[in-house]
Amino acid sequence: MANVLEISNIRKSFDSELVLNNLSLAIPEHTATVLIGASGSGKSTLLRCINLLESIDDGQIFLDGEEISDPLINVDEIRRKLGMVFQSFNLFPHKSVLENITLAPMKVQGKNRDEAVTAALALLKRFDLADKADQYPDRLSGGQQQRVAIIRSLALNPRLLLLDEITSALDPVLVNEVLSIVRDLKSDGMTMVLATHEMGFATQVADEVCFLESGNILERGTADQVLHNPQNPKTQEFLKRVHQAGRL
Amino acid sequence: MSERMNSAWSPSSREVERQQARRRISRRQALIAAVSSLLVLGTLISITITSPGWAVVKKTFFDLGYGRKVFPTVIAGLWINLQLTFIGGFCIGVIALGLALLRTTKSPALTPFRFIATAYVDIFRGAPLILIILLVGFGVPALGLKGIPSNVIFLGTVAVVLTYSAYVAEVIRSGILSIHPSQRAAARSLGLTSGQTMRYVVLPQAIRRVVPPLLNDFVSLLKDTGLVSILGVTDAVRAAQINASRTFNYTPYVVAAILFLLITIPMTRYTDRAIRQRTNAQSSEGVI
Repeated sequence: MANVLEISNIRKSFDSELVLNNLSLAIPEHTATVLIGASGSGKSTLLRCINLLESIDDGQIFLDGEEISDPLINVDEIRRKLGMVFQSFNLFPHKSVLENITLAPMKVQGKNRDEAVTAALALLKRFDLADKADQYPDRLSGGQQQRVAIIRSLALNPRLLLLDEITSALDPVLVNEVLSIVRDLKSDGMTMVLATHEMGFATQVADEVCFLESGNILERGTADQVLHNPQNPKTQEFLKRVHQAGRL
Repeated sequence: MSERMNSAWSPSSREVERQQARRRISRRQALIAAVSSLLVLGTLISITITSPGWAVVKKTFFDLGYGRKVFPTVIAGLWINLQLTFIGGFCIGVIALGLALLRTTKSPALTPFRFIATAYVDIFRGAPLILIILLVGFGVPALGLKGIPSNVIFLGTVAVVLTYSAYVAEVIRSGILSIHPSQRAAARSLGLTSGQTMRYVVLPQAIRRVVPPLLNDFVSLLKDTGLVSILGVTDAVRAAQINASRTFNYTPYVVAAILFLLITIPMTRYTDRAIRQRTNAQSSEGVI
């Protein structure tokens, strides 16, 4: 299986704070990689670096063998191939659900309106949101907003989908409707990197689980290995705390 | 959703009591407001009317017959103010948007223009409008450049546009800066260029946010067009001035003031309502 993404020895600091420290990771095609770790361990920063929203201080990132950490690269072209979904949804409040989804296909991929609308409506229908097409985001529940945000990314047929704690802003009842989309995408063979606190969900979809601590991956393996039989004391400590909080 | 089950509801006796109490409170408040208003207004009016100079003031400022006579010339002047406001307002909008975009762009090719835009805003926001009008109105014709009209209406408009563009540019820029960076991040992560992000995501939200303060500036603009009268433009202020200095009766000033108020008061009310609707839409904090 070819690697969609390869990260080698990247380093990132904000001012004096080292956020990513010599981190390496490979994402094979059609796999889901789940990043776990405490807040501030570098999960979000890693995703933002992959999406070139942050520039790295050292190391290299390759997308399908092409180095995207090269400063001469056209970042807009790279981002077209990468979908990103945020914790706070970040839908465009002045645009309807349909317009949120069709904006990038029309302006970035140059599709005409009919094409973009047809594709968007098909996606909305698939994820049970067809009746919300003309609504504005503030009229939707958090779970619906996040599902629209996922669809907005999917509309560009991304090579790799980055999901940054997409259920952290939702109440427990709404979490499941969002996670079921991710399960669907996983069975479609979408390549994904997820940062999450939902350990149960991680067990279901992860091909590989990585435990981040202080900007590096301390332990990695299958969900079974890392979540249920962790070797590193720090992983054990983290999972114990998660367990106490009732999240596993 | 408010119709849900509402038909089957009739208020409890406690709720009826509460409603009665609320009505009593609001009746008492209305009474206090009425008494207090009568007292204050009555005092002010009686002080004015019983003042020793009232007879003269009444004749020179509130001469109804003379007011009616000068009305056509003042309203003809007001037409100039309105034209200036709308034509100027359009130019201001275009220039201010350009300035705001220049000041918020990071594109290296536009660096010199960014400096110019910043200097422009500093200068025209900092200098009194009346000075700019005098400098443009008398300075530009003195240059003797060919092709630039020396028409005072044109030059007065240019001066007002120069100054207001600086104000409005800052309002628009503050709107742009008020859009949360996560919106930009979402747009860029979809592959939109920074220009597309500005045009389709940031600017539409920013403009919506600054409509109320812009309406405010629009009202000020209408009033400030009266300042071009110092160049000799026969606007409402100037027309009133000509009539007043001919007869030493100042009623034309009052007529001009009332005409301005007839336009600006509805505009400010509308602005206030727009601001209130915006705040209501954005916060769901309940009744405070």
